[in-house]
Amino acid sequence: MAQDLSYVDSVLDRFKGKKGTLITILQQVQSHKGFLEKEALARVAKNIGISTARIYGIVTFYAQFRLTPVGKHLIRVCHGTACHVQNADGLTEATSQELGIETGETTPDRLFTLESVACLGCCSLAPVIMIGEKVFGKLSTDKVRKVIKDYKKKEKAQ
Amino acid sequence: MKTLRIGYNSCGIAAGAEETLNKLQELLAGKPGFEIVKTGCNGMCFIEPIVDVIENETIYTYGDLTVDKVEKLVERLEKGEHIDEWIVVHPERDTEYSSYLDKQSKVATQNIGKIDPDSIDGYITAGGYQALEKVVKTMSPQDVINEIKDSGLRGRGGAGFSCGMKWQFAKDAPGDEKYMICNGDEGDPGAFMDRSTLEGDPHGVLEGLSIGAYAVGAKDGFFYVRAEYPLAVKRLKMAIEQAKEKQLLGNNIFGSNFSLDIHVIEGAGAFVCGEETALIASIEGKRGMPRTRPPFPANSGLWGKPTNNNNVETYANIPWIIRNGAAEFAKHGTKTSKGTKVFALAGKIKRGGMIEVPMGITINEVLHDIGGGIQNDRKCKAVQMGGPSGGCIPAELHDTPIDYESITATGAIMGSGGMVFMDEETCMVDVARFFLSFTVEESCGKCTFCRIGTKKMLEILERITSGDGREEDPETLQNLGESIIKGSLCGLGQTAPNPVLTTLRYFKHEYDAHIKDHKCPAKKCKALITYRIDEEKCNGCHLCIKVCPVGATSGKPKEPHKIDPEICTRCGFCKDACKFNAIVVD
Repeated sequence: MAQDLSYVDSVLDRFKGKKGTLITILQQVQSHKGFLEKEALARVAKNIGISTARIYGIVTFYAQFRLTPVGKHLIRVCHGTACHVQNADGLTEATSQELGIETGETTPDRLFTLESVACLGCCSLAPVIMIGEKVFGKLSTDKVRKVIKDYKKKEKAQ
Repeated sequence: MKTLRIGYNSCGIAAGAEETLNKLQELLAGKPGFEIVKTGCNGMCFIEPIVDVIENETIYTYGDLTVDKVEKLVERLEKGEHIDEWIVVHPERDTEYSSYLDKQSKVATQNIGKIDPDSIDGYITAGGYQALEKVVKTMSPQDVINEIKDSGLRGRGGAGFSCGMKWQFAKDAPGDEKYMICNGDEGDPGAFMDRSTLEGDPHGVLEGLSIGAYAVGAKDGFFYVRAEYPLAVKRLKMAIEQAKEKQLLGNNIFGSNFSLDIHVIEGAGAFVCGEETALIASIEGKRGMPRTRPPFPANSGLWGKPTNNNNVETYANIPWIIRNGAAEFAKHGTKTSKGTKVFALAGKIKRGGMIEVPMGITINEVLHDIGGGIQNDRKCKAVQMGGPSGGCIPAELHDTPIDYESITATGAIMGSGGMVFMDEETCMVDVARFFLSFTVEESCGKCTFCRIGTKKMLEILERITSGDGREEDPETLQNLGESIIKGSLCGLGQTAPNPVLTTLRYFKHEYDAHIKDHKCPAKKCKALITYRIDEEKCNGCHLCIKVCPVGATSGKPKEPHKIDPEICTRCGFCKDACKFNAIVVD
């Protein structure tokens, strides 16, 4: 069965004939499934009139784009300068231990993806992590475990 | 009537402002005599959530107002009383925190923390869009550029080029189609001024860019904002819609021939896009890779057309300068660095937040008078300025005045405004390694020196921090660093070695300790430290055994425990968990 790519087409329609929108198009396509599937990239490439290889080059250049599915909760551990000097490495280690996955991986139940990011811009609350769009600041390895445990508990209750 | 004004930027929300706001709304619903408004961050991020209680224009600022305190506060306010010990800025008397504000002068951040960023009316009441009106109705584009030149405003993104000159180049470039860009791709880890400015006063930046567009003759403006800043993007987009409705954007602004359209592009996460030619490539939908200059963007930028690019803070200064005059702006600052500068204070400083100070203030004044010194009253070791492009300035040099030339002379750079303070527990070799790992990740790969050179430097730094440093390593790092500076096209490569070169210059003894003595003086580098338990302090509570991921801790209940150094991975979980300070690092 052919894959339903109507969501890609609706994004492409919205930006038809507009200059300087490729990055925005890719962002909006990605927002549907949380990642860019191969067929979607091919559709965008064909529509814009550039090769799939070229699109691939663009997608892999930027940190925001992902080619694999992401878990329900995206956990981003900030590794900016302020967080680094306040033990961001420890937060990553504790989170990784709590979830049983390494940075860049997703839990087998697809609930959590663990990532590290360069800076979330909440440096005065360092060290911080972001789960979805919620920021948790002034953490310690102890506190971050508690945050993760709370999320796990909530998921189990559902 | 009492107005409760709550700081509602990302930092405030992370500190619990949402819960505080909900509780306030719940308790005050339907009660006359109270109104609640949201605002940006007044800069005191260290003590958020912040609520200003305003009565007859008198402001009482409450800090650390977490949700559990709201009920008590409302109760007292209803009786017409205040809770004195919770007030962090008092209208009549000095508090512990008064000095945080005393040495600041607000120009670019004048409205942040005062107005509601979601309301154009709030901005207009505060004098907003008067500058744009003045410019469009009474000044020629050249008048505007002359005014900005006279103010001495230099680009606040880091390089410090004259803003007026830049506008002049774009104005003088031939062609009818010109573009204006606002660089909000704040990529320096440790910097958050642009986020806070866009979240707290989006109209201010928009008005600044509009004035610039009028001056250079651009009809289209682009905001390029990091996707990691969702709230900034949301508020900016809302500001644009509101300005359009009031015909402050669009066709024939203030009935003139001046028309301007604004587009918002969300950056997709590439540090190199802070470089203007890379940013332009990114807007064009390409890989964000820099190109050789000349031609400069002023002549050939976006789609080959004359383009002017400034950062968020630069634009935020413009309305103030137009309203108050160049001379008034130039009263702040030093001979070559006019005006004020916004900084983000972070790291081991007591009071982290966003400040705006006159140029020429010393680092020590910022650290001690404003920032309250280092956490736990430890000694300051260094401040990192300018992010991955900057350097570490040691405490001995903290009487250096903050201006473009003096900071550059130390080997660091002014940069966009991140100041990360470090104490004795920060390992400077590790900091250098941290920045290099960032640059290696973010190098676009175009120039060989940057792509391979930074990788080689990182390998050497990793070797040193894991205890395998070689005697010749510092010299190799120095040589490599100097070559990368010469052999790279853009600012990223040309400045990438700075964190290593400045730490080599000021903290060579730390490199030597790692290499020759196999010791990390800050006790940070895992390969060079060991963990043990102080038997005197340990009461055998088992907590360290519980948290140890590798089973290196052992012992019977109520008897002193032990750590097996062969198994221990030095993750430090036990140290964080121990309630008795019994874990010792050697």
